[in-house]
Amino acid sequence: MSNKIKVAIVGPGNIGTDLMYKILKRSKFMELAYMIGIDPDSEGLKRAAALGIKTSHSGMEEMLQDEDVKIVFEATSAKGHYINAPIYLEANKIAVDLTPAAVGPYVVPVVNMGNLLAEKNVNLVTCGGQATVPIVAAVSQVQPVLYAEIVSTISSLSAGPGTRANIDEFTETTSKALEIVGGAKKGKAIIILNPAEPPIMMRNTIYTLVENNPDMEKITESVNAMVMKIQQYVPGYKLKVPPIWDGEKITTMIEVEGAGDFLPAHAGNLDIINSAAFIVGDTIAEYLLKQGSNKV
Amino acid sequence: MKKIRIFDTTLRDGMHAVSHGFSVDDMVRIATALEDAGADTIEVSHGDGLGGSSYQYGFAAHSDEEYLKAVSAHLKKTKLAILLIPGIGTAEDLIMAAECGVKVARIATHVTEADVGQQHIQLAKEKGMEAIGFLMMTHMVPPEKVVEQTKLFESYGADAINCADSAGAMLPKDVEARISLLKANLNIPIGFHAHNNLGLAVGNSLAAIEAGADYIDTTLRGLGAAAGNTPHEVLVAVLKKMGMDVQEDLFKLMDAAENIVQPLMKRPLDIDKYSLSIGYAGTYGSFLLHAKRVAQQFRVDARDVLMELGRMKTVGGQEDMIVDVAYRLSKVKN
Repeated sequence: MSNKIKVAIVGPGNIGTDLMYKILKRSKFMELAYMIGIDPDSEGLKRAAALGIKTSHSGMEEMLQDEDVKIVFEATSAKGHYINAPIYLEANKIAVDLTPAAVGPYVVPVVNMGNLLAEKNVNLVTCGGQATVPIVAAVSQVQPVLYAEIVSTISSLSAGPGTRANIDEFTETTSKALEIVGGAKKGKAIIILNPAEPPIMMRNTIYTLVENNPDMEKITESVNAMVMKIQQYVPGYKLKVPPIWDGEKITTMIEVEGAGDFLPAHAGNLDIINSAAFIVGDTIAEYLLKQGSNKV
Repeated sequence: MKKIRIFDTTLRDGMHAVSHGFSVDDMVRIATALEDAGADTIEVSHGDGLGGSSYQYGFAAHSDEEYLKAVSAHLKKTKLAILLIPGIGTAEDLIMAAECGVKVARIATHVTEADVGQQHIQLAKEKGMEAIGFLMMTHMVPPEKVVEQTKLFESYGADAINCADSAGAMLPKDVEARISLLKANLNIPIGFHAHNNLGLAVGNSLAAIEAGADYIDTTLRGLGAAAGNTPHEVLVAVLKKMGMDVQEDLFKLMDAAENIVQPLMKRPLDIDKYSLSIGYAGTYGSFLLHAKRVAQQFRVDARDVLMELGRMKTVGGQEDMIVDVAYRLSKVKN
């Protein structure tokens, strides 16, 4: 087992459980050692225990003291992570934060993973951010983006109580990531919940305003290349409407269908943030393994 | 007979009809005329509420803050209101509005999603504002579901709720069914917001009043999304003829509609085939001008686009899907 890094998931809800299956099915460099929650009757803890993973509903002490655990995925809430972040740091563990807490820098793996390998805490932005920031970054690589605006529409069923209780966090965090990671001078984000039955797939529209007239050929090429990169870890990421210029703005539309590891296909929003977290974890684990072997 | 509180949203829903292009001076002139006519409450903001200025919904000529500050400075008795759609506007916008002297905050969600408005209702109350839960597209669900969602707003501390027919798709019996069930189940005032896409805005407003509605939304000259709203001056004339207690000055309202609002209109507010398609398909009223523009760009019929958006059960705010549908239809056609 020494060719894998031990990791833990804190928060055994829908996100944590889906992430567990992703790690078990696909990880090359991570071994899931702990699943930690607070409710002994949690479905996620039961599933983890049945798969032979150590579980706890009464604290993280054992996990924190296990020096082999190098990475902790935070799948609780922003409040939970504000409390836990210093504890992970103290225990010398790297935090991969799926909550909107944003204690560490934003990470969108296809855009800036390489710069963040040595960070002690990284934040996964939002589901909408993971779906749209790469497109803005792809346009930015061709021409400066003066303004980027995104609209994420998700099925009502896939918006959990956390998202609903603080929907402003989505708009604020996503807007900032469009600027900081996407490279837009100014960002704006809108989120819409649609209750249609059967549930709709996650839809994302990305509007960009670039400096001078856009080079649509290069922009289309850059966007296509970005979509292909994302498809490597989110196979259900599809370009629905390729970049279109209407004389002012460029409009691009993306649909995200979930992989269905644990969550249903219409929860593409949850799948993309989880898939991003998975890639971040696996990349950091690989980096740690290489560092370790260099030392030896 | 009981007194109906009339809301005027010429300076919010009416913004859709002018592509959010009112000048600050237009707003001040209309607001001043409304106060002079004795209007109770007027709503001011981008057509899609605070923070609505965007590619998705169209950029307003000025910021919400500029409009609110200017109008607020001219109001003495008439209460100033805003609309905020969570997911578009944020708590920050609400705080800005409170600082501009806004007294009434209407927090609008899709009819099934009231819980995303909890924090905004509570923040509005904290800031000393009257908080109203506003459900959009209420034709899309049965009356029992509307009651369930309005009860959520009531539990968050909302002072009143508003049931909106955002697509102008309801028949008088649909309005009656919703408002009477709301009256039977809630302890706070009930409002109704009509659109005229089926030619029923005034009739549906009367159906709402007969079923017990306490508040009715209007706009001068009916200025609003798609075929517009219940015309303020028409409703006041009708209520006066019915012998209801209406304090507003009818002639002043008529003059404001005719002399100030009408010259600012970019197109006649009649029920053309596109507005009618919206009412018939039950599509969000604000899609109208976007659909006409996009249909032209992709050389397809805006009616086909609007009917498809209705079939897809799109909700308020999904203006981007107009491009998606038009693009798809153009690919099929060519």
